[in-house]
Order: sequence, then structure tokens, then C-alpha cells
Amino acid sequence: MAKPVERTRECLSPQVGTGTTEQRPRSPFVPILLGDCPPSRYLWRVTEQLRLAEQNATVALPEPFIRWFGEKGWSPRAHQIELLAKAQAGLSVLLIAPTGAGKTLAGFMPSLTELANRPRRKPGQAHRGIHTLYISPLKALAVDIERNLGKPVEEIGLPVTIETRTGDTPAHKRQRQKLVPPDILLTTPEQLALLIAAPDARRFFEDLRYVVLDELHSLVTSKRGHLLALGLARLRSYVPSLQTIGLSATVAEPDDLRRWLVGQNPPGAMAGLITVAGGAKPNISILDSEQHVPWSGHSARYAIPEIYEAIKRHRTTILFVNTRSQAELLFQELWRANEDSLPIALHHGSLDVGQRRRVEKAMGENALRAIVATSTLDLGIDWGDVDLVVHVGAPKGASRLAQRIGRANHRMDEPSKAILIPANRFEVLECRAALDANYLGAQDTPPLITGALDVLSQHVLGVACGAPFDADLLFEEVRGAAPYAGLARETFDRVVDFVATGGYALKNYERYARIRKTVDGLWRVSHPRIAQQYRLNVGTIVEMPELNVRYVRQGRGMAGRGGPVLGKIEEYFAETLRPGDNFLFAGKVLRFEGIRENECVVSNGAGANIIVPSYAGGKFPLSTYLADQVRGMLADSDRWQALPEQVADWLRLQKERSVLPKRGDLLVETFPRGNRHYMVAYPFEGRLAHQTLGMLLTRRLERANARPLGFVATDYSLAVWALDDVAALFKAKKPSLAALFDEDMLGDDLEAWLNDSWMLKRTFRTCAVIAGLIEKRYPGQEKSGRQVTVSADLIYDVLRSHEPDHILLQATRTDAAAGLLDVSRLAEMLSRVRGRIMHKHLEQISPLAVPIMLEIGKESVNGGANESLLMEAADLVEEAMGQR
Amino acid sequence: MNFSLARASLIAEADLVGIAGERAVCDPRGVLYFPDLRLLAVSDLHLEKGSSLARRGTLIPPYDTGATLLRLQAVISDYHPSIVITLGDSFHDGGGAERMHASFRERLEALISGRDWFWVAGNHDPDAPADLPGETVRELAIGSLLFRHEPSKQRVEGEIAGHLHPCARIVQRGRSVRRRCFAGDGGRMIMPAFGAYTGSLNVLDRAYAGLFRLDTLMAYMLGTDRIFAISRSMLRPG
Repeated sequence: MAKPVERTRECLSPQVGTGTTEQRPRSPFVPILLGDCPPSRYLWRVTEQLRLAEQNATVALPEPFIRWFGEKGWSPRAHQIELLAKAQAGLSVLLIAPTGAGKTLAGFMPSLTELANRPRRKPGQAHRGIHTLYISPLKALAVDIERNLGKPVEEIGLPVTIETRTGDTPAHKRQRQKLVPPDILLTTPEQLALLIAAPDARRFFEDLRYVVLDELHSLVTSKRGHLLALGLARLRSYVPSLQTIGLSATVAEPDDLRRWLVGQNPPGAMAGLITVAGGAKPNISILDSEQHVPWSGHSARYAIPEIYEAIKRHRTTILFVNTRSQAELLFQELWRANEDSLPIALHHGSLDVGQRRRVEKAMGENALRAIVATSTLDLGIDWGDVDLVVHVGAPKGASRLAQRIGRANHRMDEPSKAILIPANRFEVLECRAALDANYLGAQDTPPLITGALDVLSQHVLGVACGAPFDADLLFEEVRGAAPYAGLARETFDRVVDFVATGGYALKNYERYARIRKTVDGLWRVSHPRIAQQYRLNVGTIVEMPELNVRYVRQGRGMAGRGGPVLGKIEEYFAETLRPGDNFLFAGKVLRFEGIRENECVVSNGAGANIIVPSYAGGKFPLSTYLADQVRGMLADSDRWQALPEQVADWLRLQKERSVLPKRGDLLVETFPRGNRHYMVAYPFEGRLAHQTLGMLLTRRLERANARPLGFVATDYSLAVWALDDVAALFKAKKPSLAALFDEDMLGDDLEAWLNDSWMLKRTFRTCAVIAGLIEKRYPGQEKSGRQVTVSADLIYDVLRSHEPDHILLQATRTDAAAGLLDVSRLAEMLSRVRGRIMHKHLEQISPLAVPIMLEIGKESVNGGANESLLMEAADLVEEAMGQR
Repeated sequence: MNFSLARASLIAEADLVGIAGERAVCDPRGVLYFPDLRLLAVSDLHLEKGSSLARRGTLIPPYDTGATLLRLQAVISDYHPSIVITLGDSFHDGGGAERMHASFRERLEALISGRDWFWVAGNHDPDAPADLPGETVRELAIGSLLFRHEPSKQRVEGEIAGHLHPCARIVQRGRSVRRRCFAGDGGRMIMPAFGAYTGSLNVLDRAYAGLFRLDTLMAYMLGTDRIFAISRSMLRPG
């Protein structure tokens, strides 16, 4: 630790200062400071500094900053200075840096230095507008930043006001912010949309200089990112000289983000780029368990004793899992093993906010030994002294793993320590691939997608709520937003038509138009009520219908009242429970008492038959990159040496009994079992793509009279079973395997299946809410999920049969193809394996097929099966009544 | 004639439901047909619900009236009833008939012509629909049957009503299925809502309290092409 101290002394080179270097105090008490504060976040390595000193002597760092750095014994890091230099030269900048590199301070340096030099407002002078807007994906992050930024600002003695504005900000404070804007406003994309939709937006933002976008990599891949990009385009129309500063973790395609940060009309411009290399390489290992690694499943129960021992050996451990149900299970199992009563906590998105805040607080105070968490903890909130990250289950993506591991030792100069716990044998392969990628620095963040039309609809209405707009000008402005750079005028006009009257071919609603073109050629909101409704429905996050979980004393049943709310549970899960059922939630075994209005009433539960709620969200598909790596590992027996012995044995056995596919090939095995015939394919394209493939293959086999009975899909493989001998069909070429897997399945078959798919209905509901066709809430009254669901489904049915080309159905299909169905990935796979399908017929099940065969029966296929469930219920009745 | 013969053969004796001694077909499309009376009952059409909501700024697709009429047309041309009773809330609001697009009006008029058509008044449409044929009534008694919109508070044998939009829910194999349904106990029948945009309310909701004899209550859930008769013990709330 002594070495960096010496460096810091040298770091304050005259080139960095503003000419006041002679007053700059040296740092006399450096050694003390290094011991107890996180200096590495502000440190600047001497080598970088020298390089910078040669290249760049034009940075203006005001005197109070130099004094502050000096007093702290710190000096600005190279990237902080470089960012400042670029910003002062008028550029927008993308800063890519690993966790702990002092990104936040870097992002605010241009604003703070500029504000430090700004003349004070004289009494009687009008209040100035916002100077810097900071946007983060999480409310909690905005609050965190207020605290972290407030401290240096106070210590430096800057005359800068910093405030947050989120959904939790009280109305009086929001009003005051409008009258007396802070210099720096910390907020979320939704709040920006609301500010833009206000009549005073232009005045509020006319002094804006910088927009700082934190965790940009996570914002840009979603519809929230689309809304934000449109908001930025609007801000640019108010202030053409506006500069943006994007802060991001490492991504696969930095140029996408660089374009995203600046106006794209005309297209092509890019923000400047600063990349900070990762700190010390993380120390990652895969648990080589003494225990038998299971064939299938996701619980990793076998590894609990070893995980518990690891927790005991470390100060603080974060345990990441992929889904909320896994979090609940792991938490439960850990406490069962927790003989020493270590403080182990649980954190996931369905828990009550109050409880989450308590856990976060305990974490910050280093009062916990371990915390079980889902992706809610992925983003850059500053944690205490975490010295171990345990990843239970496969990480699903190399970049995601890197970001999660970065949580340990939130300092970039020290290596993070992480253990991967594969829950089953395929996950061993996946963990190995992710680990190799991590050492190579490979990135597989998802690509950006074209701007969604439902989001554009919301934005167009929002713009109209702010001020009347000219369609030509707005079109040009929207094309400046990167996701909409390729938007066609005809599509834009259809969106405006949709916002106005619903955009239906049957022109029935002209008299009810929400926006109207007036004689001056501008579009205006037709009624103040429209703006009011807009404000209540703004945003792109449409939750699945959820119920509060209300805890009451045992024995009170539904009569119990007034207990605490433990969190939220998805309605469709609660619907499958019977009073008396026990289920796992918030780390407790709960007894289901019943549903009362929008609440699921529970009491203390017990017993052996405990159900774990499943959640629709949070299942990440295996990244394309990792899938390819896993295929490569299967094909190359030399690489098996890196695998645990029992897993390598498993692969050897597969090679002996069946075959292992070459890297680019698709292996399809067929074998009889019981009185059924099975077909197992191993595309490794992720569960969503496999589900879609399963649906389509089943349709085709049905047409070939193979009488398929069902299918099941995992991240790695897909099994279909039928009454007829499918292998014989392939042999007789009725159809051939190549024909069965032909890409043309993505044509009519996909279309026909899609139209009836519940997935499309769910997607439609989301689009309809975002586009403002149906309301998220009524003024003063939350509309229950049930009502929204029902009417969205009915609207979908009617619209599909009467106007299948409606713009909202187009948006729905695009979304579904990219999201729930992963059609693009399936298409790539089908084209890749053309002519490379390897059929192996076996007398019995192969070792590789065991994991998926164990999944059969665990989960049902969602297709036309609803009717058969009704049939069963009806038959039961008839049986009981002795009619048959 | 051929057609009605074919139809008659489709009506198997076992599919008939008894209501106060009369036999009726619960059609999976949500209509009730009394073959002996050649009477078709349909409830809660809620025509022009789309335009009714559009007036308040929710611009949902204006095709609900067309969709509802199309389905009504299909059942009428299947059964060829001589009497049609629509059990109230035929229009979503009092101005609905007036707002209706001319082409829909023509289709509706074509359906009405040649048969006895009764509009039972509902809470959404207490008055006769503007400029449409058919007779508007509070309630209507035919034989042992009494047709009205809202079910009476006290038990009335042979009452056929609507208003509540019943649906039922079952759970099998950990999965939940929810469908519109006819709800009947042998004495009284409450019909499902027929309109394209109508929501539904579970038969176990307290709004149904006291309407049925619980021991004989059945939910006739609407399947794609058949009815599923489910007894009360299988039903779930919510």
C-alpha cells in the first residue's frame, strides 16, 4: 500500500492546474488517509498522469479543486482530467470504466468546475434554470449520488445546489423546484418525460449545459432507453449546444453508445470515448464440489455446506442468483445450515421497499455477513466491504458476470474474489465458458434495438402536453434520437394519427381526438384532461399484475387485519393457491389464507409441501457468446481437463454411447422410452428460442401425423415426445430432419401460432399501456391488474380480427419477436445449422439427454392445453356424480 | 329445413339444461336457446362500448359493435329462432344506438326483421334504443320463464337474468383457467355477457350471495366448442 502514496505526491503536476500551482499545498498526511478511506477511487496512477501531461495541457481545474485534492492527499485520476478536457472542448463523452474507478466524480467534474467559476446570482436577478441533469435507472442510485456528491461539494466549498426528483419527491418540493431550480437535478427517465410534458419545460431547461447519464449500458437496452433518447432529443431542441456525458460499464459495442449520446440527424456523429482499463484481474473459481453435481434443477442445494463454509471464511459475501424463486430457496437452505446464526439477509425486487432499505442500510454498515440477491443489486450502488461474490447458478452472460463480480471490493486496484456454483452439469460447462471469457475480457452485452413505436406514441403525446408541435419539426427532432434515426416519415405520421384518434381504418373517433391540428398547422392537446391522464400513465415499465402479501396472525384466517405487507407476488401465482397451501416468500414459510381485494392474505406456515412462487420476469437467456463457447467446449475433449472429474466423465460417456456434435453442428438424438418416442435437440440457444422452436416443431410433427404429445425446453436443449416413431419418419423422409428444421417454419407456422399465443397477448398489453391506449391508472384510483388484463385481451382479439395491420399490433409483433420468443436468435440458429444437422438414433436415452428428460413433468407446456384442463375438471365432476 | 334438422341432431339430450322444467341449450358462444319455444336469449351486448370510452379519451378499437353483431348473426343463423330476447345492457349507454355506424345499424335491423325481438331494459340502457325495431320491456314472462336484466333479490323459479357477467375459475395441475360461464341451480339461470368488450365477475363473488341454492349450483364454463359443466366444489374465487 505504500507505493501509490509516493505516486500521488508526483501527481499534482503544474500542467493540470490553472496557474495557481504555487499555492497548492503538498499532501503531508497521505499515509493516514490511505488507511481508512477509499483513495483508489480518486487515485491517479503516475504513468497515466505522465502520458496526460504530455498530451494535454489545456485543462482548467479551478483552484478550490486543486486545494481539495491536495488536502485529501488525492489527485484526480487521468480519466477524470481527460473527461474534463474533452468536455471543456465542447464534446460529449462516453466514459467506460469498471466499478470503483471514480466514474461518478468524473461525470460531474465538467459541471462542478463550470459552476465553481460561475458568477453568483445577484439579489433580484431571475432564478437560473437547471445547469446539469443527472439521470440514473434507479431511484436509489439518485439518492446515493446526492449523498456522495454532496460531500465533496461541501468540502470544496462550491456554491452548488443538488437535489433529487423522483416519484417519492413530495409535491411541494417539486413545485419549489420549478420556481427555484437546483443547479444539479438528479432524476430518472420517467421524471424527465414528465418535466418535458409540462408547459414550462423550455424555460426550465433553457440554461441546461450537461446531461450525465449513469449506468448507460443498462439504460439503453430497454424501452426506458428509448423514452430517454427521445427526451434527450427534446432537450437538444431547447439547447442545441447541450453536452452529454455517459458513464458505462464495459460493453461489446462502445460505438453504439457513443452514437446514442449525440444527435443522429444527420446520422453518424459520435461522442468522444474514454476507456479505463480494468483493474486487477478478478480471482474467480468454480466450485469443484465433493458432492454429486445434479443432472438438472436450479437449486444448487448440494453445495450448501460448501457455500456456508465460504461465508464463514469471509467478512461479507454477496450471493447472486438469477431468479427471485432461486433467491428464496437459497436463503431458506442457508438458514437451515446456519448453525452460528450469522446475519444472512435476502434482497429481491418483490420484497417490500421498507425491508429492502433496511437490508441495504445494514449492508452499508457492514452489519451483515451475507446477502442473497437478484439483479436488483446489479447496478452500481456502493456497498460496504464485500470481499466475496458467490454466483449460484450459471451467469448466462460474460459481461453480466463481470459486472456482478465487480461488486466485491468496490475498488479497482484490488482483485475481486468470486466463486461460481453451477447448479447442474450443463451449468458447469457454462460457468467454465463464462470464466474463460472473463479472463479474456470478452463482452456479450445485448445489442441495441430499434426504437419502439409504443414509446414514440407516448412521447408524441407528452410533447403535445408540453407545447403545440409542428409535425415536420418534431419528425426531424425524433430522428436525432439514436434508436429512431432510421424512422420513416410514413411510420411517424401513423404514430401521430394513432395518438390523435387511435389510427383506425374505420374513422369513427375524429370527434374524440386527443390531439388536433389547428389552423396554424400545430398539433395541440384537445382537452386539459388528456394532459392529466398522460401524467398518470407516463413510463415504460408495465408490471405484471401483482398482489400485496399481507401478513396476519395465525388462526385468524381471512378475518385477520392490519399485519405488515411483506412484498408483492404475481397474481397468477396467487391464483393457483388453495387456502392452507404453504409457500416460500420473503424468506418465510407462509400459509395462504385467501385473496382479499388486491391483497394476498397469509399467516405463519409450516409443513413439508412448500411451494416456491415462480416469477415471470428475471429469467435471462444464455448469451449467444456463451452458447458458442459451450458448444466449442463440448466438441474439444482437450478442454475437458478444466472441468470437474464427474462432469468430464459424463461427457466421455456421451461420446461412447452416442456422439458429441462439432462446434457448428446441431445434434438431434432420437430414442424410444416407455411407449413414447423422444427427440432431443441441443441448440444451446437459450430457453426462449427453444420454447419457440418447440412450439413450431410440435406443429410440424402434428401435420406429419407423428402425434406429438408435448415438449420441454431448457437453456441448452429441447425434447419433444410423440406417440409415433419419429426416427422412422425422418428415415422415410416424411419429413426429413432437414425439412423439419427448415427455416420456412418462421413463416406461416410462426404467424399462425403467434396469433393465438398468450405471449403475444401479454406483449400487447404492455404495448397498449405504454402507447396510452389503455390506462395504467385512473386519476385517484389504481386500476386493478385483473381489469387491465381482461380488457387488453379483449381489445387484442377484436383488433386482430378487424385490423391486423394496426400499428400497435405491428409494435407487438416486433416486441414479441425480439423478447419473449427470441425469433431472431432462432432464425440465426436455423440458418447456421442448415446442412449440418447430425441425427443419432439410439436404443435408449443418452447421458447428455438425462438433464432435459428430468425436466419433463416439472413444467407444463402452455399451448392449447387449457381446454384439456377444463375437460379434466368436468370429468371429475361427472365421475363423482356417477354419470359415467 | 335440412339445416334445422342437422341442428336438432346436434342438440343431444345430455347437453340440455333444465330451468324450471323448460329445457335449454347452453351454447358455448354464450347464448341460451330453448328448442321447444324456438327462443334465443342473449345478454349484455354492450354495443358501442368502444365509442363510449373514446368519448372520455380512451381510444380503444371501434370494432366491438361489429364483432358483437357478427357473432350474434352467426348464432341466429344457426338456430333460426322465432323469438329473440336481449336481456338488457344491449347498449353501453343511452346514446349508443344513436352513435352506431349506419352499416352496423343496417346489420342489426336485418337480424331483427322477421322475428319477435324484445329489448329488456338494463341499467346502462333504461330506455328504448333510438330508431330501432323491436319491443322494449322491463321484464318478460313466457311460460314458466321470467326474463329480466337484474336478478331479483328473492328466489324466483324460472328466472333468466344477466347483469352480473358471471365467470368461473378452476385450478388443475397448478394452473388456473378462467372463463365466462352460465351460472344455474336448476331454478334460476344467470347468463354470461355476450359483448366483445365486456369483463366478467366470478360467480363466487359476494354480489351473487343468496341468488342460488349452493348445493345444486353449476357453472357452465364456455369452451372453444363445448360447454364444461363444473360443480361448485371445483370453483375458485378470484
